[in-house]
Amino acid sequence: MFNIFDIGSYIDTVSTYASDIDFLILLITILVGVPFIIAEILLIGFILKFRKKEGVQAQYITGEEKAQKRWITIPHLIVLLFDIVIIVFAIQVWVDVKQDLPDADHIIRVDSQQWAWNFTHSGKDGELDSEDDIHTTNTLHVEVDKVYHFILTSKDVIHNFSVPAFRLKQDAIPGREIIGWFKAQKTGEYDIQCAEICGIGHGLMNARIIIEDAPTHAAWQSRRAGELAIVH
Amino acid sequence: MSEVQPSEAEHGHHDDHSQSEHHEQSFASKYLFSLDHKIIAQQYLWTGILMVLIGAFMVFVFRMQLAFPGQHVPGWGIVTQANYNSLVTNHGTIMIFWFAMPVLIASFGNFLIPLMIGCDDMVFPRINRLSYQVFLLSVIVLIASFLVPGGGFGGAWTAYPPLSAKSEYSMTNLGSSLWLIAVALEFVAFLLGGINFITTAMNSRAPGMKFTNIPIVVWMIVIASILFMASVGPLVAGAIMLLFDQQVGTGFFDPDKGGDPVLWQHLFWFFGHPEVYVVLLPAMGIVAEIITVFSRKKLFGYKTVLLTVIATGILSFFVWAHHQFIAGIDPRMANIFTVTTVLISIPIAEMIFLYIATLYGGSITLSVPMLWALAFLAEFLLGGSTGLFLGASGADIYFHDTYFVVAHFHYTFFPIAVIGFFAGFTYWFPKMYGKHLNERLGQIHFWITIIGFNLCFIPLFVLGSAGQHRRIYDYSNFPELATPGLQNLRVIATVGLIMTLVAQVFFFINLIVSFRNGRKASANPWNANTLEWVAPSPPPHGNFAEMPTCYRAPYEYSVPGRDKDYWPQNESS
Repeated sequence: MFNIFDIGSYIDTVSTYASDIDFLILLITILVGVPFIIAEILLIGFILKFRKKEGVQAQYITGEEKAQKRWITIPHLIVLLFDIVIIVFAIQVWVDVKQDLPDADHIIRVDSQQWAWNFTHSGKDGELDSEDDIHTTNTLHVEVDKVYHFILTSKDVIHNFSVPAFRLKQDAIPGREIIGWFKAQKTGEYDIQCAEICGIGHGLMNARIIIEDAPTHAAWQSRRAGELAIVH
Repeated sequence: MSEVQPSEAEHGHHDDHSQSEHHEQSFASKYLFSLDHKIIAQQYLWTGILMVLIGAFMVFVFRMQLAFPGQHVPGWGIVTQANYNSLVTNHGTIMIFWFAMPVLIASFGNFLIPLMIGCDDMVFPRINRLSYQVFLLSVIVLIASFLVPGGGFGGAWTAYPPLSAKSEYSMTNLGSSLWLIAVALEFVAFLLGGINFITTAMNSRAPGMKFTNIPIVVWMIVIASILFMASVGPLVAGAIMLLFDQQVGTGFFDPDKGGDPVLWQHLFWFFGHPEVYVVLLPAMGIVAEIITVFSRKKLFGYKTVLLTVIATGILSFFVWAHHQFIAGIDPRMANIFTVTTVLISIPIAEMIFLYIATLYGGSITLSVPMLWALAFLAEFLLGGSTGLFLGASGADIYFHDTYFVVAHFHYTFFPIAVIGFFAGFTYWFPKMYGKHLNERLGQIHFWITIIGFNLCFIPLFVLGSAGQHRRIYDYSNFPELATPGLQNLRVIATVGLIMTLVAQVFFFINLIVSFRNGRKASANPWNANTLEWVAPSPPPHGNFAEMPTCYRAPYEYSVPGRDKDYWPQNESS
């Protein structure tokens, strides 16, 4: 069953920063959930307790005296405190995922179009835009435990490069090159979605990311290099 | 609606426009070209209700497709991808721009402002009439956009270019232009209406009505109108630029011609986020009126409520880019907008606390309007709380464009537009039509709607947390989302939706029963304080038999030492 406090119970935790994002979500669930539940309990409690009774008049409370205002200012300060905690953790995660990119082991190119994902992997030489580049459509091969930078572009409309198992999402904007990063922690095969509506084929714009250990990845590279040689 | 008739006998104190209404009027001049604020309110109300039926049919079709992909949908047939995109796009557009706006702001604003501040009509009745006429034109243009070759626009209600800008991408050349024209016209209509609301509330108040004597709902509608007028300019300009990109070949949003697609997003959300508060505030105002009356309590901290509203209004102009965290803006910008967005939770939370505190020590009657008002608080709390996940940039990386967002904003918009509407409609129905609604039918309608709504949207939080992204007509193409567990949740959500829709049958039965045989309502059936309850039910043309004078604040309920537990604003002692 799903555990509302843990995104990892819904979906695999594959990238290095996935667990940071999951922790942030857990933290917000608690900091928001507690005041939420208290407010609901008070609301329902007051409705039950202060139902109309014969001969009992409602109290006359302006809510403008100091002693009464406390009932609002104290929760107000607690919300403010919780907000500050949320802001600090949110920005920390954001900076790690989106702002400060670690040095890349590999660079790949992700070019989106209506309605396909085109991937360019560097070949054996480890250099992008060289002769042995490997081009694929709708399948991305990466090696586990390596930092990848991706250069994200779009040929036509806005798309969104989303890998839920990585907790990664980034719009692709025509006319811009956007650079992001990820590092997968385990091998496997996961969904890549286009998460921004991009026309009538939006519902078909899926791809797969295949994360391999070093020998399997090298074998794939050699196999593709062989195919490339035949084509040439 | 034939109940709303100008009563000749009761006015004698009138401005120039009433003169023309003393002779026999044709149906058209009375209902289509009326200058009376109450008739214009009715026009907005019933046009809004007509539009919500269209919007509801659209959601029925696409939720059936999501629960049973590829199956024949009753009343529609097979849903294609183009159909699906157009349905979700226009469902969103209609529900916000052609239901929430006309009903909450235009209809309640028109009906309530003159009555609650104690004057006979809006200060600019002709502008008011023009506002509705432009609005009606926008409705016609929008409906035409569904019928033109290529079909209705399907680029989402946010209409991000280049998808919306080029017909080779959207494949709906005429549909997208007509959609855009309709939206722009609709904004013009509400600009005209907004001028009227602000001017009337500031200038036509009854003698003695100081700022602190104005009912909260009037304040809320006025502040919402100011927010709307201050934020809509960039979007109207953006809409015209986008129309030029579509039809003239300019390149404001086209990177190949030196434009920038992200510019549209800034223009759209600079309006789009304040817009949330534009519809929220009138609903909050309606709820304030109802909870004070039905708990016989003074509003807890009237001035504090006003301050929180003003704070929310100002802050709402500095949060828009939280819709664009992952849209390729400079990542450093996200940090600033996270701070502003998370902080806006403070005035909103405080407003809700003040409302809950108002119930303390009350004498609560659970009438139908009160049920709706309390449900608003209970449900909106969840909508507001889940917003924190999306305002916090780090968490938004995962939740952006998933069903978590869909569930979140429906937990805000459904309470605002649907629950808030039913609260206000059932509360002021006796005033509008001089008759009472049936309580029993009202309760059945309420409970089925609320249960259906929660059954529909709780599963969407789970689907969103599982990574289900938006605007996909069939999830079987995505292996991680095609599991039976998730598909069952989609079916449950659709069952909840159908429940919510079926519940509305009770509403319409209630309307028919009550219009025909409803108990006659007195002028002040709820023993309320505000001035609209001084006027007869329904109020005649010119509203008041004798123009009221205001002597006190609006929420003087259960004042110690008085034999009545209410103290109308117009009673001198």
